[in-house]
Amino acid sequence: MTVLPSLPITIPLAGAVLCMLFRRNIRVQKSIALFTSFLILLTALFVFSATKDGTIAVMNVGDWPAPFGITLAIDMLSSVMLLLVGLLAVGVSAYACFDLDEPRMEFGFFPLMLILLMGVNGAFVTGDLFNLYVWFEVLLTASFILLALGGERAQLAGSIKYVTLNLLSSALFLAGIGILYGMAGTLNLAELAHLVKDGARGDLLTMVAIMFMMAFGIKAGMFPLYFWLPASYPTPPAAVTALFSGLLTKVGVYSMIRMFTLVFESDPEFLHGLILAGAGLTMVSGVLAATAQYEMRKILAVHIVSQIGYILMGLGLFTELALTGSIIYLAHVIIVKTNLFLIAGAINRLKGTYDLHKLGGLYVERPGLSILFIISAMSLAGVPPLSGFFAKITLIIAGLRAESWSIVVVALGVSLLTLYSMTKIWAYVFWKPAPEPLPDLNPMPKGKWFVFLLPMVGYTVITIAMGVFAGPVFDYASEAAAQLMNPQSYIDAVLGAG
Amino acid sequence: MEVVLAIVIGFLYGGGLYLMMRRNLIQLIIGLGLLSHGANLLIFTAGGLRKGGAPILAEGEKAFGAMVADPLPQALILTSIVISFAVTAFALVLFLRTYQTVGTDDVDELKETDS
Repeated sequence: MTVLPSLPITIPLAGAVLCMLFRRNIRVQKSIALFTSFLILLTALFVFSATKDGTIAVMNVGDWPAPFGITLAIDMLSSVMLLLVGLLAVGVSAYACFDLDEPRMEFGFFPLMLILLMGVNGAFVTGDLFNLYVWFEVLLTASFILLALGGERAQLAGSIKYVTLNLLSSALFLAGIGILYGMAGTLNLAELAHLVKDGARGDLLTMVAIMFMMAFGIKAGMFPLYFWLPASYPTPPAAVTALFSGLLTKVGVYSMIRMFTLVFESDPEFLHGLILAGAGLTMVSGVLAATAQYEMRKILAVHIVSQIGYILMGLGLFTELALTGSIIYLAHVIIVKTNLFLIAGAINRLKGTYDLHKLGGLYVERPGLSILFIISAMSLAGVPPLSGFFAKITLIIAGLRAESWSIVVVALGVSLLTLYSMTKIWAYVFWKPAPEPLPDLNPMPKGKWFVFLLPMVGYTVITIAMGVFAGPVFDYASEAAAQLMNPQSYIDAVLGAG
Repeated sequence: MEVVLAIVIGFLYGGGLYLMMRRNLIQLIIGLGLLSHGANLLIFTAGGLRKGGAPILAEGEKAFGAMVADPLPQALILTSIVISFAVTAFALVLFLRTYQTVGTDDVDELKETDS
């Protein structure tokens, strides 16, 4: 038995506990958080190199054999998600050290962030359905507090919607788990997949699948369940929003991919067709909502919704190539979206507003920041040779091969509208002259400002690198997708290891 | 027995969802509570209602002789009760704080972040 799969959970937990021990000392907390984040990234790299040849790292917690105890299993999809969590942890904690206000740090931003990361990592490594529910609750509880931390009026109003709808989704998830347990008598994902393959339970299984689709759909921000997202995400400080946009909805999407490739694959005609329809509507409604917004954070927040649509499109098409596209898209959008939120936060730090009408002329004042923004924005819209282009083209080729013409049309159209939204921000914030000159609120000297920008530079470099080295990225993603499409290897790895 | 519990669960879900759609914050939180009770009872019922003995093997025994109760649903419910306790406690504090800051317990008044 190897302890490797448990490290992504235990390391952030240890960091969080240490941070709480130094509750009064913010400087110590900062260094603990940064150090822990680097450790998370290192472990993720280690896990990544251990699983990149297609082996599935399995650990039976407490040495209980597989279907009885809780299993942790890391396949290629999980390990790439862990790697992204690591990258995000490092960037966001570095950013938070500079940007976040003192009271929020005093009231436990860092321990909460690490607990959130623990929950996210736990959801990515677990191979047990109830355990997945518990990790969801861990990360949700941490995110509730992070969202409300600070207690501003808009934050509280946003939190109520976020809390209520997420609790509703948890109740649905739990009910689904209950019925599934009643049907199969197990909650181990591998054994569930195995049992579902053996005996068809037809209609009841489809109903449970729809309950899970709703539960994960609320968390992922799928049409028509996403209305909490634009209402709550733009309210907290930029570091929190960046963390949320990178991780929380993606956990929902990841769980959906996991469940609908491993367990609910008995009726792909109906279920995956439903996901595909949802994906198209998600894309369209997200991007249309963005056109009406003139607040940078809100535009970016509703764009999260439309990006989710692309990832779900790959799952809906349910071919190996389409899932490859989904995985590339997941990696691309986590990096790019986080980066855009961080850049928006930096602009707010400079000018004290996110309002497109009030801002202007930043290209003259801050050419460096502008270049960082435009690269990420173009990548989000899918301009070659950046990461977004290869993610989208993979999905679109998969759509053409599956002869789902309408989803291809939607994906291409939404891509154009994304370009429109991004150029809107570019034109308003960077190009047009400032309507009335806003004072520069940034008190940082040049050297410190450069260090502050480092996470954003790093993410931009990753976006470009994912485009330049699209070959290796594609190869890795297609192997991960092949693993997802053949769940037998996952089942064998988990049940054979006991 | 299953039928009775099914009706109870249905009422809990119906009542919970009805209360969640009211405009009052207190009714919202009671609704959430009812919903999680409904889900817990659902696990209990779906896990199978049996009047068996405790699932404890005597020393040397390898299998259960008679039908025993399944302990797992109870463990699951216990976990989810603890979680929903914590979450409800947090939600209560959040709602209280919102009431103090915004000055209303009417959900309809909280729409400024919606557009």
